[in-house]
Amino acid sequence: MNDLLFPLTIFVLAILVGFEAIAKVPATLHTPLMSGANSIHGIILVGGLIIAAEARDPLGYVLAFVAIAFGAMNVVGGYVVTDRMLQMFKRKPAAAKAKGKS
Amino acid sequence: MDISTLVYIAQIGGAVCFVLGLHLMNSPATARNGNLLSAGGMVVAVLATLVSLVVRPGGMDAAAWVIIVVGFAIGGGLGLYTARNVQMTEMPQLVSLFNAVGGGAAALVAIEDFIRLTGAAGAPVSTTIFVVLDVAIGAVTFTGSLIASGKLMGLISGKPIIFPGSRILTVVLAVVTVAGTALLVLGAAGTVTLDATVSLLVLGVILASALVFGVTMVLPIGGADMPVVISLLNAFTGTAVAMAGFVLDNPVLIISGALVGASGGILTKLMADAMNRSIVNIMIGGFGGGEGTTAVGPGGPGGSVRSIGADDVAIQLVYASNVIVVPGYGLAVAQAQHAVRELAELLEAKGVHVSYAIHPVAGRMPGHMNVLLAEANVPYPQLREMDEINPEFDRCDVALVIGANDVTNPAARRPGNPVSGMPILNVDHAKSIIVIKRSMGRGYAGIDNELYVNPKTGMLFADAKAGLADLVAAVKAL
Repeated sequence: MNDLLFPLTIFVLAILVGFEAIAKVPATLHTPLMSGANSIHGIILVGGLIIAAEARDPLGYVLAFVAIAFGAMNVVGGYVVTDRMLQMFKRKPAAAKAKGKS
Repeated sequence: MDISTLVYIAQIGGAVCFVLGLHLMNSPATARNGNLLSAGGMVVAVLATLVSLVVRPGGMDAAAWVIIVVGFAIGGGLGLYTARNVQMTEMPQLVSLFNAVGGGAAALVAIEDFIRLTGAAGAPVSTTIFVVLDVAIGAVTFTGSLIASGKLMGLISGKPIIFPGSRILTVVLAVVTVAGTALLVLGAAGTVTLDATVSLLVLGVILASALVFGVTMVLPIGGADMPVVISLLNAFTGTAVAMAGFVLDNPVLIISGALVGASGGILTKLMADAMNRSIVNIMIGGFGGGEGTTAVGPGGPGGSVRSIGADDVAIQLVYASNVIVVPGYGLAVAQAQHAVRELAELLEAKGVHVSYAIHPVAGRMPGHMNVLLAEANVPYPQLREMDEINPEFDRCDVALVIGANDVTNPAARRPGNPVSGMPILNVDHAKSIIVIKRSMGRGYAGIDNELYVNPKTGMLFADAKAGLADLVAAVKAL
């Protein structure tokens, strides 16, 4: 059970960090932020890599394959779609200002 | 320093990038860099893992390489293609889909590990607990997110779906999952003797009931609450990933999973607060479509609806000095954000002051409407948040409501109906109100909007895009 204390400590501290990291976000950014957090849990791809390296039978191969495909879709798609969303908040400042003032 | 230490440090570095990246996403100015930083951390963490697998004794066999390369190419390619090509209006369901596959991957990782361990010496108690938690949470997220995505896509009715016995079924499934978990844990502790086949069978039962539980959990929830549900399931996936980290004894999975679980939880609460809904109420179900939702309050509909033509609206708009546009989901589905900007520019050129009132849940998700209008190059300063613009409706000549419904319903100020207590835009305080809408159809709350029968209101019955095009033509002709 002692082996568990170290990971458990990390887990608890990471939860506290997660609470703090986004405590004061404006409503405007809720959707991009959710999408950004969504891409971070694509880190499960790392888990897929580990089980792929250890799989030794056809069932293991299939499970690892699907896990990697799913994880990769989560990571790649998640970051790209978040970036597309955020890109729109950062537009050509010159054109936007000109329109705003006219 | 040996290579495994370096790999460990690289993975921690990746986790640090996630935390900093997420924090930078708190402000519009730094958000994009935050996302890029987080993506950079992801690349580092994944590459470091690959290196550690290659250099460890025994290395990686050819089969593993094939699986990794082909799996990544297919999954990554699909993700890239859909993320690049999705319409911004359909983005919430895509995020839900990505969340589903993430949860599915987390469950699969634990299943594979459990199969291998039971094939060998059997899984220890602690690992068994984390495996079962990972499988159960991951499976619920997988099917739950698919259903949520299907509801937003319109593949499944957005209305709450409740079939006879659905509540009981949900409870039974939860009991089966918990009982299965208890059995496996007792088996791992040696209290009960389970051979490998029985253990796997029990895990199979847990997996199956969790998959069905995901479906029965989300089906009874109305479409309007889907953003909150997606956010909650997002936090679930984070938790499942952290559990997978315990199973594989991998710190970066634990840190990232816990980070997403916690921040996702906070975000869910913020979203629910913005809609004045409690998470518990949402999960128990029943916004619209339930009994009593057609009841109208005193002084409610019963009045007559005044229909108005595009030419009349154009005259009102051009001779107004202050116009507030209230965009809603109807504008988003009709892809009319460019048309609305064109109209606003025409009016500005004629000296009319135009601003946009953005309800926190306008569109499909909090912040969704800001994204859509930003895409159409609407100047950011014209977008005003609800609390900021609400007092200005009193001084506004024309409020132009485009495809927004429940967020403008004055019934929300009275208790006793499905939208009660929801913060609304004070559209009814404007001197004149124009509503562009296809029909008198109801919004997600499933009740009639009293705004439409207000004597000050004129209804322009049209699809948002067609109606705006007519208005643009009429304004130009003046």
